[in-house]
This record gives sequence, structure tokens and C-alpha cells, in this order.
Amino acid sequence: MNDFGVAPNRAFGEVVIETSGLTKKFGHLLAVDHMNLSIREGEVFGLLGPNGAGKTTTLSMLATLLKPTEGTGKVNKHDIVKESDAVRRSIGIVFQDPSSDDVLTGKENLYLHALMYGVESGVREQRIGEVLKLVDLEDRANSQVKTYSGGMRRRLELARGLLHRPKILFLDEPTLGLDPQTREHIWEYIRRLVDQERVTVILTTHYMDEAEHLCDRVAIIDDGKIVALDTPERLKQIVGGDIVRLRIKNPKLSPVKELPYVVKVEQTDGFVLLTVKNSSAHLQEILSLVGNVDSVELRTPTLNDVFLNYTGHEIREADAEGGFFERATRARSGGK
Amino acid sequence: MTELDGLYALWYREFKVFLREKSRIVSSLFTPLLWIVVFGGGLGSSVSLGGTNYQAFIFPGILTMTILFSSIFFGLYIVWDKRIDFFKEVLVAPLSRLTIFAGKTLGGCTDALIQGGLMLAFGVILGVSYSVQMVVLVMIFMLVLASAVVSIGLVIGSFMESPEGFNLIVSFLVFPLFFLSGALFPIDNLPSWLHVFTTLNPVTYAVDGMRGVILGISTFPVTMDLGVLLGFAAVMIGIGSIAFSRMK
Repeated sequence: MNDFGVAPNRAFGEVVIETSGLTKKFGHLLAVDHMNLSIREGEVFGLLGPNGAGKTTTLSMLATLLKPTEGTGKVNKHDIVKESDAVRRSIGIVFQDPSSDDVLTGKENLYLHALMYGVESGVREQRIGEVLKLVDLEDRANSQVKTYSGGMRRRLELARGLLHRPKILFLDEPTLGLDPQTREHIWEYIRRLVDQERVTVILTTHYMDEAEHLCDRVAIIDDGKIVALDTPERLKQIVGGDIVRLRIKNPKLSPVKELPYVVKVEQTDGFVLLTVKNSSAHLQEILSLVGNVDSVELRTPTLNDVFLNYTGHEIREADAEGGFFERATRARSGGK
Repeated sequence: MTELDGLYALWYREFKVFLREKSRIVSSLFTPLLWIVVFGGGLGSSVSLGGTNYQAFIFPGILTMTILFSSIFFGLYIVWDKRIDFFKEVLVAPLSRLTIFAGKTLGGCTDALIQGGLMLAFGVILGVSYSVQMVVLVMIFMLVLASAVVSIGLVIGSFMESPEGFNLIVSFLVFPLFFLSGALFPIDNLPSWLHVFTTLNPVTYAVDGMRGVILGISTFPVTMDLGVLLGFAAVMIGIGSIAFSRMK
């Protein structure tokens, strides 16, 4: 496996999550707009979008925490409204905000969860040991959660979500607010548990790199609607080439626009953004035509470019970086 | 089976937290101790009521106070649970809302009874002599009162969005319930307006009942006190169960 990437030819099983016209309104606000999803067993499926796009609301409806205004959904063949208990038994969920009791130890939190989810008494200890090992928390298991770092808490919650062997694991912004190194570790853990436990993971994120590195398929969401849905690789191909970013004062754009391999030309203050097929072969020619360039940046497209391509605006990563209080407030006011 | 395990889980969590947050126990016992030792001792040096020392007279009232405050705050603490999202984790578990309510109430009663028990033990220092029957009866009174008040707290807490409303609850609910209960004065010769309030206040019957058991002086028969209190608890637990089942 290459850095958390998708193992080639991984076979996915039957459909375990299916929604049809799933809609949620908060008053006049249309948070989720007729969403149709179909997710297969063993997939890591990402809902990517800016804050307020409706990702968490979608997840909350699938997890039976919110009732849809319209439309239907099935999780593990159970209706999310009519058979919410059966749905709850087949899912694990890790919330965006910390939800462990920090006065209790890691192990006690897991024990509580095992009791609440009906893990049988004979296998409780064994399961707790297994999940602790999976997230490398064995040596801190008996410390109070308030002594844990942010990454450790998140790992504990991942462990907790897996304790009752759910078929499907929901992760709401699994690495929000964590430092880059910890985030990579969390990705590694998520990958590990998908491979070892054969769970289906559906996660929300507003981090491009998370969606690219972790997800088998990504649904790009904006304003409650799916604007694109495919594997990260194919989504990036949609952009149609590499991105060439030029810093230039007075660009001569008309000859550049004529070039057959230039797919798209955009101009913003002081910058020109070109989408170019096979860019390394053609860069020289572009530079000779466009005029006096201060600097050149060449890169392969990211999911951000895909998002920009579809919605005309960027996913601003700073959006969801609210403080704890702000997030807590948001969580209380309906999980946006 | 799952429901019973869940019930145990919720109780276990409350109990563990209670044992670990020792500052909570100390602070919740400090105020009643201040009342009984300083207020009771001070006023008792020149006042005696119903043939007993004033300090002894208000002791059942202070037991009631301990239960009243610790129970209502226990209920209100679910506001914090909501904040840290622990509650969401509980709500998404495959447990019925009724189980969640019952687990919380049991946890709260345990906390309150431990604190009430500690106060009861403190009575020995004040010179109260107990019989086994007395201790059992007082514990029953405290348990019934606690179950009612924890339910009130949980219902209020389930509607509250932030702990800022705590003071409001204390000023407009807990203090009136306490002061109008006859915890600090006899309720036999009150002016008629005050008489109405104390008679309507269910907490009055907890104080009167415990005073009857410990000191042998009561306005109403002890069995009637217990009956009224049981009725009060049944209504409050009923309201709590309904409020929790309707909670999203």
C-alpha cells in the first residue's frame, strides 16, 4: 500500500448505505437538498465541502440523530426513520466534538460504551484490549482522558466507535484541529481498521488532502447538493490538465488562449491561472507568449481545483477551524 | 439485557465521576454544614423550639437542603454533558430514552444519598442518637425526595442550553422550595399566606417527615408525609420520562 492510498482492485461488497432524495430543512434553510447516495461495503467514502455545506447534517440523518424532512435512507438495509434502533446497532459514530467523559479513564469510557451497545460480557475485556491495541493506546488506557492530547482523544473515540463491531463507521471531521503529523497518523489508523475490521467508513471533511489520501470515493458537496462524485483520481482528471499559476503584471492572454493545449484561462488580481494539458512539454511556449513573468508555479490539480471548477469558489480551510466553544454552539444548534 | 446493561452503564458513569470529583462532594456539604453549625449553633444558643434545641430542630431541614441542592444540580449537570457531546454519544446508543432517564435518575439518587448519609453521620457529632429503624426511615425519605428533585433537575437541564441559567433556577426554585418548607421554622403558627405556600410545597413533607422520625415532633403524621412525597416523586418521574422520550 502506498501512503494510505487506495489498494488497487480492492473489491467492494454490496450496497450498505443508500439514500433517495434525502432532504433536511431548518426553517427556510435548505441544509441538505435531495441527496442520492449509494455506498458499498468496504468503501471509505468522503463527503467533502466547505463548512455549512450540509455534510454533518447528512451524517446526522444517516446516524438517526436528525429526522429527514423529505426522502428516505437505508443503512445496512434498515430504514433510518422507521428502524432507527436497528440502524443504531449497525453503526459506530465519532463526533466532530470530543464526546468522551474526560473524568473517566480511556478504558472506563470504552467499558461504558461496551455496556451501552450491548457488547456481551464474555468478550468485553477482549474487545476493549483489541481496539486499544488498534489505536496504540494500551499504555495510556488507565489514565484519565483529560490528560490525553487531542490526537489521543480522537484515537480513543475511533476505538470506541469500533468497539461493538459496527458494519459502518461514521466519522465527522476526524482530524479537525489536529496538527499535520497527528492527522497522518489518524489516517493510518483509519486505513488500518478498514483493512482489519472490514468496516465501511463514511466521513465528512473539508480538508482536500484528507479526501485525496483517505477516500476511495469522494462526493463534493456545496449548498446541500452533490456537485461531483467519483474517485479522487477521476475527479482530478475532470479539471482537464495541470494548473499553471503565473504571477504577471501585464499578461498577453489572447495568443495563449489560442493554444490548443490550454483548456482554461482565468485572471485574478496579479495572477493568471491556466489549465494546461501535458504542461511540462508546453510551458516554454506559454512563457514566451505571455510576456514578462515574475514567477511560475506548476502543479497537478487538487480536489480544491475540482471544487473551484464546479462551484466557482474555493473551500476555505480556515472556515471550520472555530474554537471549541464555537463548535460546541454549532453542534447544539442542530449540527451544521 | 442491553437495556439493563445500559442502565448500569449510565449509573456507573455517574458514580465514577462522583467519586473522582471530590471537590464537588466537599463543596456541596460545606454550605449545609455552615448552616447547621454556625446558623443553628448561633441561633440555638438563645432559641429553643418545640421543646428541643434549635440546632437539633433544623437538622432535618438541613438534611433536606443537602438532598435538594445536590439533586437539582445533578440534574442540571446534563447541560455540561450536552456541551461536551457526551450526551450525544449516549443518545445515539441503541438504548431507549426511558433507560437513559432511569440511569441518570439512579445515578443522581446515589450521589444525593451518599451526601445525605454523610450529613446524617454528622448528626452524631451534634448529639443525635439514631436507631437502625430511624436511619432506614430517614434514608427512605431522602431517596424519595432525591428521585423527585433529580427528575426536576433533569427536565430543566434537558431544556437548558447553557449553564448561565443555573443562578436563576437556584433563586427562583431551589431557595423558595427550601425556605417555604419549614426547614428553619415550625409551620404550625404561620400567617395564612405563608401557611398556604408551605402546605403546597412538597418539600415541606420531607422536612416534616424526617423531623418526625428523628425528633418525634411533626405537624402531619409521618405516613402522610411519606405518602405526599411518594406522590410528588411519582409525578416528577412521570414528567421526566415523558420529557426524555420526546427529546430529540
